[in-house]
Amino acid sequence: MRRRVLAYTLKNKGGYLSQACSSAEILATLYLRVMRLGASAAPLVPRSFAGVPGPANPRAVTGAAYNGPRAPALDRFIFSPVHYALVLYALLIELGRLGPNGLDAFNQDGSTVELIGAEHSPGHEVTAGSLGQALSQAGGIALARRLRGETGRVWVFMSDGEFQEGQTWEAFAALAHHRLGNLGVYIDANAQQCDGAMPDVMTIEPLAARLRAFGAQVHEVDGHDSDALAAAADGCGTGDRPLAIIARTDPCRGIELMREQAPKLHYVRFKSDAEVRAFEDLLARMSAAAHAEVGA
Amino acid sequence: MIETLTRPHREHMVRWAERRPEVLVLSADLTASCEADAFRDAYPERFFSLGMAEQNMMGFAAGLAREGFFPYVHSFAVFVTRRPFDQVAMAIAYPNLPVRLVGFLPGLTTTGGVTHQAIDDVGLMRLIPNMTVLEAGDATEVISVLDVAHAVDGPVYIRQLRGEVPRLFPKAEPMQLGRARLLTKGGDLCVISSGICTEEAIRAIAALRARGMSVRHLHVSTLKPFDDPKVLEALCAVRLGVVTMENHSIIGGLGAAVAELMAAHGIGRQLVRLGLQDTYGHGASRPYLLREYGLDALALVRAAEGLAGEPLGIDDSDLAAVRLGTVAAAEKTEDL
Repeated sequence: MRRRVLAYTLKNKGGYLSQACSSAEILATLYLRVMRLGASAAPLVPRSFAGVPGPANPRAVTGAAYNGPRAPALDRFIFSPVHYALVLYALLIELGRLGPNGLDAFNQDGSTVELIGAEHSPGHEVTAGSLGQALSQAGGIALARRLRGETGRVWVFMSDGEFQEGQTWEAFAALAHHRLGNLGVYIDANAQQCDGAMPDVMTIEPLAARLRAFGAQVHEVDGHDSDALAAAADGCGTGDRPLAIIARTDPCRGIELMREQAPKLHYVRFKSDAEVRAFEDLLARMSAAAHAEVGA
Repeated sequence: MIETLTRPHREHMVRWAERRPEVLVLSADLTASCEADAFRDAYPERFFSLGMAEQNMMGFAAGLAREGFFPYVHSFAVFVTRRPFDQVAMAIAYPNLPVRLVGFLPGLTTTGGVTHQAIDDVGLMRLIPNMTVLEAGDATEVISVLDVAHAVDGPVYIRQLRGEVPRLFPKAEPMQLGRARLLTKGGDLCVISSGICTEEAIRAIAALRARGMSVRHLHVSTLKPFDDPKVLEALCAVRLGVVTMENHSIIGGLGAAVAELMAAHGIGRQLVRLGLQDTYGHGASRPYLLREYGLDALALVRAAEGLAGEPLGIDDSDLAAVRLGTVAAAEKTEDL
């Protein structure tokens, strides 16, 4: 996932690379070990953009079919920080839910594989790019599923920056008040945002204590440890409290070269030809190592 | 005499939702104030209290609507339009979800002052693609607006009335989507009114007609889409000019919609827009505010005099003497 995101970041002369470094294990664990999803019901090469939703446009679709069909016993996935879109696309390719050339139209005009994901983008289901809004929508979905007696759970992936938004806390208050124990949130706590390091911009700590005070069941884990990430999901859907998993992550994990860009890690831009060459060399070494591993 | 109904929405919501299990009510700590308490008591399993947190409430409504429910979100108009504007636009309207925003206390109908008076709600909701905008003008419309809203494929904003509501229109003539009501026929002046202003306009027009002015009066309850051919026809057929009358800012609402329509069709008539003239309201009684901001019957008389270019000798006592009854649509009356 990191390799693929680095390749597209080089191709586009910039991109959301640090998000791949921090969230790769979280998203991979969600898809491989946590969520109960059916097989993808969407094409390997994404459809082109079919227009915005509206009464006059029956062709508009969401990207949810990449996460499989809707069924009472199956889980749902709500992707909140949509500037992580490329990380999700990369994972969908690794999982075979998107084809190896599923990203050919990435960031191209008329494509659904957008730089900032939209609800029509693969793996996306709601309009979430205005940060802090997806959790409330997921809460409505979880409430509807409980009203219908469904056993499937609703999983939400969020970034820690979204905990600066007041709506996120409104949502946790409502989830706890309405005892929505069928919803779980994974938080990529990489402690960095557009303006720089979160403690300098606006701290959200102590996040675990705040979430517990709002009535959530909270686990704090190493966000690069897949076993710990998976274990934290145990029992979700059986109790009556929303689950919040704070995944503490490193925004440069696996791409040490990026540390020189700190504290501006939100959107990586290459400042010189030498820097581009250094990242290209790194990509070549990462690819060679991966092939050697596959060969062995 | 005019019939007045007490809290028509309160009981109607219960009756209307009885055989519609897909209808939910979401509320933000203004349940009785928005006449949703009877629904809450009748169907507690379909009522959800979301506290004073409107942004989150819009997301919950969107999620429920995605799953096939029809959430009727009840709060004051300011709190379902201006405060959670981005959430309404992104979570609800972009995906064209069937959420119904039921907003109470339109314009100057409250003594609550600037924080409670929705003077820009119609403009804000008209701005949002996929949004349908409806406004109730009397008890018949307070009741029939639910059928109109429920049939719309997409989100709907309902500018709703509470408390004591007069019945201006016959019970058998419900609100219809995109259809204005033609209340009087005439060729001198065209008056287009909405919401509570229609009652004031009816009073003024009776006095104007008594002085020999012929007035074509339309009541509008669908503010978006704004495409009733009857409105365009009325604008084209008038001699002196057009007056719009709305309990809202003159920017973004009915007056603006009429101005846009006239410009688009090259209708070169003078247009007077009665409403809040790009100013805020303040806390005071309704008659006091309607007089202060030029939204009452006398304001329409003065506007008509301005377009006619002469005084018509009408004062408050003439207007007070006007007896109001239920107003049948003019086109229906002709059929009899």
